[in-house]
Formats: sequence, structure tokens, C-alpha cells
Amino acid sequence: MATKHSRAAARLMISPAVLLLLGWMIVPLAMTLYFSFQRYNLLMPGMEEWTGLANYQYFLTDPAFFDALTNTLLLVGGVLLVTIIGGVMLALLLDQPFFGQGVVRILVIAPFFVMPTVSALVWKNMFLNPVNGLFAHAAKALGLQPYDFFAQAPLASIIGIVSWQWLPFATLILLTALQSLDQEQLEAAEMDGAGPLSRFFHIMLPHLARAITVVILIQTIFLLSVFAEILVTTNGGPGTASTNLTYLIYAQSLLQFDVGGGSAGGVVAIVLANIVAIFLMRMIGKNLEA
Amino acid sequence: MARQVKTRNKVIVTIAAWAVGIAIFFPILWTVITSFKSEADAIADPPVFLFFNWTLENYVTVQERSDYFNHFMNSVVISVGSTLIGLLIAVPAAWAMAFVPGKRTKDLLMWMLSTKMLPPVGVLVPLYLIFRDIGLLDTRIGLVIVLTLINLPIIIWMLYTYFREIPGEILEAARMDGATLKAEILYVLTPMAVPGIASTLLLNIILAWNEAFWTLNLTAANAAPLTAFIASYSSPEGLFYAKLSAASTMAIAPILIMGWFSQKQLVRGLTFGAVK
Repeated sequence: MATKHSRAAARLMISPAVLLLLGWMIVPLAMTLYFSFQRYNLLMPGMEEWTGLANYQYFLTDPAFFDALTNTLLLVGGVLLVTIIGGVMLALLLDQPFFGQGVVRILVIAPFFVMPTVSALVWKNMFLNPVNGLFAHAAKALGLQPYDFFAQAPLASIIGIVSWQWLPFATLILLTALQSLDQEQLEAAEMDGAGPLSRFFHIMLPHLARAITVVILIQTIFLLSVFAEILVTTNGGPGTASTNLTYLIYAQSLLQFDVGGGSAGGVVAIVLANIVAIFLMRMIGKNLEA
Repeated sequence: MARQVKTRNKVIVTIAAWAVGIAIFFPILWTVITSFKSEADAIADPPVFLFFNWTLENYVTVQERSDYFNHFMNSVVISVGSTLIGLLIAVPAAWAMAFVPGKRTKDLLMWMLSTKMLPPVGVLVPLYLIFRDIGLLDTRIGLVIVLTLINLPIIIWMLYTYFREIPGEILEAARMDGATLKAEILYVLTPMAVPGIASTLLLNIILAWNEAFWTLNLTAANAAPLTAFIASYSSPEGLFYAKLSAASTMAIAPILIMGWFSQKQLVRGLTFGAVK
């Protein structure tokens, strides 16, 4: 029973949020777009000029861009693989009755609340350091050569750290989804002689499909923008071995002061993220109607 | 027989679950333990787990050398401030969308969500330049503004999913009884909305506390919250495990505790209501 009066009030209540978000979106976006067509370096003030698509040409043909794109895909894909498979397995384990469920749940969820710089530095120094890290101590105790993780496998090490941070998120969501599964259906299947494997593949996995999709999409949004973990561990190196798109654009803009080039990279990143976003929005939009 | 099998299964699951739980939690546990060691014990080989001289010296040193408390307060001001301002803007908007939905409400919600999907690095350059030009670089106010804006869509969405569950009939009943709009909001809606608002508050403080893109790029010494302060330990001269651990422990402890309280809301908030 919305009256004209309440409609006007509603509009008034919504408008601050809308105006702020609109400004937040349009102003920087327009500036990024504008800068991307400019030759603009902070070290050479007053030399700005229109360069058309030169920044894009430079950014897209830079070998570092191709490396960064590959690394971004490997990082997103690697973390998704670890967290989804690990998350499903963990959710299946934690969904069963056992002693101390509440406490274990708390232990498992904890890494998600650790700020990225802390988890990256703790892993880098106290676990993966080739001299003083726990893994190096363990290797020496077993008579093996300590492994220099960030020198020899920088990207894989970062994938490991980021996976540790996101595994709790995947687990928690999949566990929530699993708990809404109709127990009677499982019992009926068991009575009909379905083994654990066929129950998993024919009942549980289809039930989890939606939650898995949500996890993939949301994590992808965040994983495309992984930054702090790279900044404090490898600085994108050695070379470009662990540079992702976000880090490359950061380095271009704030380390080399190339505003034009960095902006062109920013536009490329926005386009790529939008492709993912479209899928995610469709899913959430469908749910809104249900 | 069946009961025996059940008990045995439960014991096996218990052992497996605890083993996995402790393994996942171990890096945090190890950090906390290390924070009480001397620097020599912290890198001892073989590592010492519990039997060493426990000391609080690292906590004192971290505070003295780097004014830890200032960075801690930056984190508090930035995360709580941005969340409160965000709520102030979001509560009316979410309320209106939940109770006076129009034809465009759904589009509006989806559009708000889409702003959240903008990769931050895409607007890094302009924002950095704007902040530099109007003197907001390395200020608490600057970060409060940015974090308010980046978390606003999540706040609105979370509130919206909570508000939508408040039955509309109760409002109609209040209106029948002659309640004014003000009375309706104050005495009928607010009490029902408080739990949802509290969960939103909690989750957003956590998200803002741990935000590590803008806080790293827009601060230097003065306004640096803990995310940026801890990052300064990545330089070689900062390689003191015990002190790094003490600084880390203090940085994650408050949020870990809040996080454990908000587990359930976490799923709902971060999936925009798609999984409950």
C-alpha cells in the first residue's frame, strides 16, 4: 500500500546512497579513461599531450602484460582449484557429527579474518624462509635441502598463501549449503543401496552446484585484485614471475609514475573484471526473483 | 552393533576433523606463540614449541619503537568510522527499497552491486591524484571516505536482505492503529531491524579492518592502519620474527574474536544473500 507520499519519501531516502555511488563510479572512471589517452608522467609535469591509443598499444604489447595476464589466470585458477576441492572435502568432513564441532569450526574459519599483510608475512618469514622457516627446519631434520620457495616457485607460493586465506570462505559456504540438504533424500538413497560415492555424485554434488558457482564467482572478483600478498612477499618478482595484472598496473602508475600507461592498464583490468561480473550478476539477479 | 559402528565412526571423524582444524589454524597459533619468545628462540633450530622463556618484551618493543598504538587507533577509526557513516547512508536506502519497492528497485540493487565489482586498480591513478591534490593522502579522513564508498554496496545489500524478512503486515497493522511514519520507524521497525544492523556492522568492521589495497596505496606514516604498518616488516631490517609476531598478534586478535561471532552473517553478507 505504497502511497504517493511514501514513494516520495522513499526516493529521498535512497538518493544519498545513489548519488554517492554514482559519483564514486563515474568520476574516477571518467578520469581513468581520459588519462589512458594521454601521455602523462608524473616525473615530467607539463608535458601532457593527447596520444590516442598509444598507451594501450604500449601496455598490450609489453611482454610484462602477457606475463601478468598469465599469472593472473594461474593465480585465480590455482586458488579456485585448491579452495573448491579442499572446501568440498572439508565441508563433507565437518558436516558429520563429531566431538567439538563448534571449536573445530572456529579453528577452520580463522584464517579468513587474518589481514592479508599479516598472513603473507607470517608465511613468508616463519614458514617459507629458506634459512629460518619451519619448513626449512623440517627439511633439514629429514636430511633434505631446504627449498627457497619465493625464489624457485614464487607464484605457487603466493597461490598457497592466498588459498590458505580463502579455504575457510569456501568451506563455510559449502558447509552452509550442505546443511540445507534434505537428510531424508540421502537416507532413501542409502536404503535403495546407493553407495557413498554415488550418493556424493548424484545427490550432494548437484545440491552443492549452486553454492560452488557462487564461491567461484565471488572469489574470482576478489582474486583478480590480489595485491598485498604480492607486495610484501615478492614485489612481483623475480622478474615478472609473480606479477599479476593488479600489481603490474600499480607498478606502472605509482612506481614508474606513468599515469597514462597505468590508466590504460586500469581500463583493461576493468574490462576483464566486467566479463566475470556479468556472470555473477546474472546469478544473484536470478536469486532475487526467487 | 549399529550403535558401536556409529560411535567408532564418530571417533574417526573427530580425530580427522581436529587434525585438519589444527593444521589450518597452526600458522596463527605459531604466530601467537612466537610473539612470546626471544628473537633467538624464535629462529631456534630445532624449533621450540612451549618450553622457552616466555616474555612480553616484544610487545613493549613494538610499541616503543614504532608507536604501535597510533596505528592501532588508525585501524579503529578507519574501520569503525567508515562502517558507521556507511550505515547512516545505507539504512534509509535499504529501508526504502525493502518496504516501498518500486519497479526499478531490483535494477538499482544490481547496479549498486556492480560498483563493487569495479577492480580497485582501475581507479587507482585518478583517486591517488585527487587525494594528492586536495591533501587527503595519508589522512584518516581520506581512508574513511574511500572505505565507506567501497563497502557501501555490501552494507546496503546486507541490510536489504535482513529488512526484507521483516513481515510487511506488521507495518500495516501499526498503520491501522494510527501510527505515524515516525512512530512506525521508531517503535515497530527499529527493534526488529537491530539484529540485522548489528550483524552488518560487525561484518563491515572486519572487512574494513582487513582492507589492504587502498590502505597500502593511500597512506604513508601518519594515517597508516595496521595493514600498512605490518607491511613495513617486509623490509629486511624488519626481519625480527618475535616482534613481527607480536605486532601481528595484536593486529589480528580483535578481528578474530569479532569474526568468530559473525560466522553466520559472513556467508549471507559475502554472497549478497545468494547462500543463506
